Amino acid sequence: MARMTMIEAIRDAMDVVMSVNENVVVFGEDVGYFGGVFRCTQSLQEKHGKHRCFDAPINESGIVGTAIGMAVNGLRPCVEIQFADYMYPAYDQISQEASRIRYRSNGEFTVPMTVRMPTGGGIFGGQTHSQSPEALFTHICGIKTVVPSNPYDAKGLLIAAIEDDDPVIFLEPKRLYNGPFDGHHDRPIIPWSKHPLGETPDGHYTVPLGKAVIRRVGQDVTVLAYGTMVHVAEAATEETGVDAEIIDLRTLAPLDLDTIEESVRKTGRCVVVHEATRTSGYGAELSAIVQENCFYALEAPVTRVTGWDTPYPHAQEWAYFPGPARVGAALKRVMEAS
Amino acid sequence: MPADASAEASHSLNSNLKASKEELLKYYRDMLLIRRFEEKAGQLYGMGHIGGFCHLYIGQEAVVVGVEAVKRKGDQVITGYRDHGHMLACGMDPKGVMAELTGREGGYSKGKGGSMHMFSKEEEFYGGHGIVGAQVPLGVGLAFANRYREEKKVSFTYFGDGASNQGQIFEAMNMAQLWKLPAVFVIENNQYAMGTSVTRSHSETHLYRRGASFGIPGVEVDGMDVLAVREAARDAVEHARSGEGPFILEMKTYRYRGHSMSDPAKYRSREEVDEVRAHNDPIKRCEQRIIDADFADATALKTIDKEIKEIVLKSADFAMKSPEPALAELYTDVVI
Ligand SMILES: Cc1ncc(C[n+]2csc(CCOP(=O)(O)OP(=O)(O)O)c2C)c(N)n1
Ligand SMILES: [Mg+2]
Repeated sequence: MARMTMIEAIRDAMDVVMSVNENVVVFGEDVGYFGGVFRCTQSLQEKHGKHRCFDAPINESGIVGTAIGMAVNGLRPCVEIQFADYMYPAYDQISQEASRIRYRSNGEFTVPMTVRMPTGGGIFGGQTHSQSPEALFTHICGIKTVVPSNPYDAKGLLIAAIEDDDPVIFLEPKRLYNGPFDGHHDRPIIPWSKHPLGETPDGHYTVPLGKAVIRRVGQDVTVLAYGTMVHVAEAATEETGVDAEIIDLRTLAPLDLDTIEESVRKTGRCVVVHEATRTSGYGAELSAIVQENCFYALEAPVTRVTGWDTPYPHAQEWAYFPGPARVGAALKRVMEAS
Repeated sequence: MPADASAEASHSLNSNLKASKEELLKYYRDMLLIRRFEEKAGQLYGMGHIGGFCHLYIGQEAVVVGVEAVKRKGDQVITGYRDHGHMLACGMDPKGVMAELTGREGGYSKGKGGSMHMFSKEEEFYGGHGIVGAQVPLGVGLAFANRYREEKKVSFTYFGDGASNQGQIFEAMNMAQLWKLPAVFVIENNQYAMGTSVTRSHSETHLYRRGASFGIPGVEVDGMDVLAVREAARDAVEHARSGEGPFILEMKTYRYRGHSMSDPAKYRSREEVDEVRAHNDPIKRCEQRIIDADFADATALKTIDKEIKEIVLKSADFAMKSPEPALAELYTDVVI
């Protein structure tokens, strides 16, 4: 058992699976020699060899496309797209090839590939380094989409993803790499070493895909969140005193509907939070699902708190980011509605 | 010019290359403006006045200044994210560029774009693009529009050694040659893409051959000598403007600073950087030409430096005083 940052936990996950499964290969831009721009693959090349952890040229389509070929031919590639904002050249391969091969081949072939990508803002990255494209993945059937919110989950989910027989998009909220950022950008961040969820077991363990977890038990309103927004929702709950039940979805597809339903039936209210832009965001899906499944239990309209429908600006980043003040206001609004 | 005419990059000055006093002093001044501007940007970053991504052009000044020397009014420029030098060279106001870096209303994109995303219609500058390689097909499209209107304008599309591996670059090159478009591709080969050297990512390290399978001619150029750049660019632009189609210039150059502002620089040695700074610096080499030709003495060059520093200081001052954009500004120029 060790306290790890999310970066270390992610690295450890790859290290562990590479050690037990020789079919696992890791590659991407600056991933081998340099160890990744966020250092997630540091020392993996030294330890496992250049044939198992290596650099790729800057060509995202080529990276994911070749990974799919490797995967259908018996390997388990885990590739890195340096920032989620760079994945678009690879989107063709993800949406047309990776996600369809099982279906097209009558289940004869599957694509055991994991694509890791840092996502989200809060690091002053501007419009091409802050995006949250999860809804572009959840909209595709045939792939799984995972977003961890802490080192413990990150390691267990990543091991589960690499060992899964189908393609998994693994979105890493980069603002969480070093600590549980709760949206208070003007305060120093607590490091993961001081947070219980920084406690990460040694060796092999998995956190199952498709299972949400309740981060905070509450009676008044259910908050559906993932990634950075889990911590923002916790801060908002504390600051408003609203007794919210916070569900960390962890896997967006397949979605853990049971956990959501049970909670909303209990509280009768629901707030959905994400950092991505609002229109056609994943929150729209969540909101529809809650409405379809829990309509008669609802005492207030399902409410969304999201990024604005604009590109992520360079200036005024914190006006864009849906921080605890915006989440808190929504919690109160939902409590007042009847 | 033969398709494969590669010139060895050499540190010694090619004495066959000549320029007038006015020309050399202009190049010197323009390169120095970029250098001092970038140094100031680095300082402001260190002091926390600039945030996020900021890619400095220090070391590569001769490339953009040498190419600019053969550009005609109306020719277009498009580049990636290491773009401050290109903007200054095309005549954009240092104040507006610096204020964009600090994220202020007075910036070219009102602070919403940041270091990587600025444009100027007036100076025919088509951005600043943060996505590696994305600007290259756009550059070909600019060239298409020129030809469509039967204007004798050329587009200059800059990209890096790392970018030259993106698939869309090959698509764009093929189209440019197929349609014989007036496009000049300027590959700024500074030998590294972040922490990955050319040798670790390119099966063919001579990047001027990138267009070989499409029949696009290319040359390797000493990108640390502003006159060598100018001469090569002159040939390239003539080729493009006369309707012969695209041309590739591989500029052998070097970036002194880290990739962006946080770069552990473990992928290259200090000595390697120091060697270039000491013996192959584009500004020093231009200075040498000026002194050798007796166009100016050290005192006169110092005076130029002083003037440049004054311009840069004013831009920094403006960039600090300009207010942050109003919140309502977040929603302007968004089509919903
Ligand atoms: C599509 C895409 N992939 C990856 C990146 C991340 N990235 C930014 S710059 C860079 C290196 C590019 O190197 P090069 O083209 O040589 O230009 P230089 O930085 O040397 O000027 C990388 C990998 C990006 N911005 N966009
Ligand atoms: Mg480069």
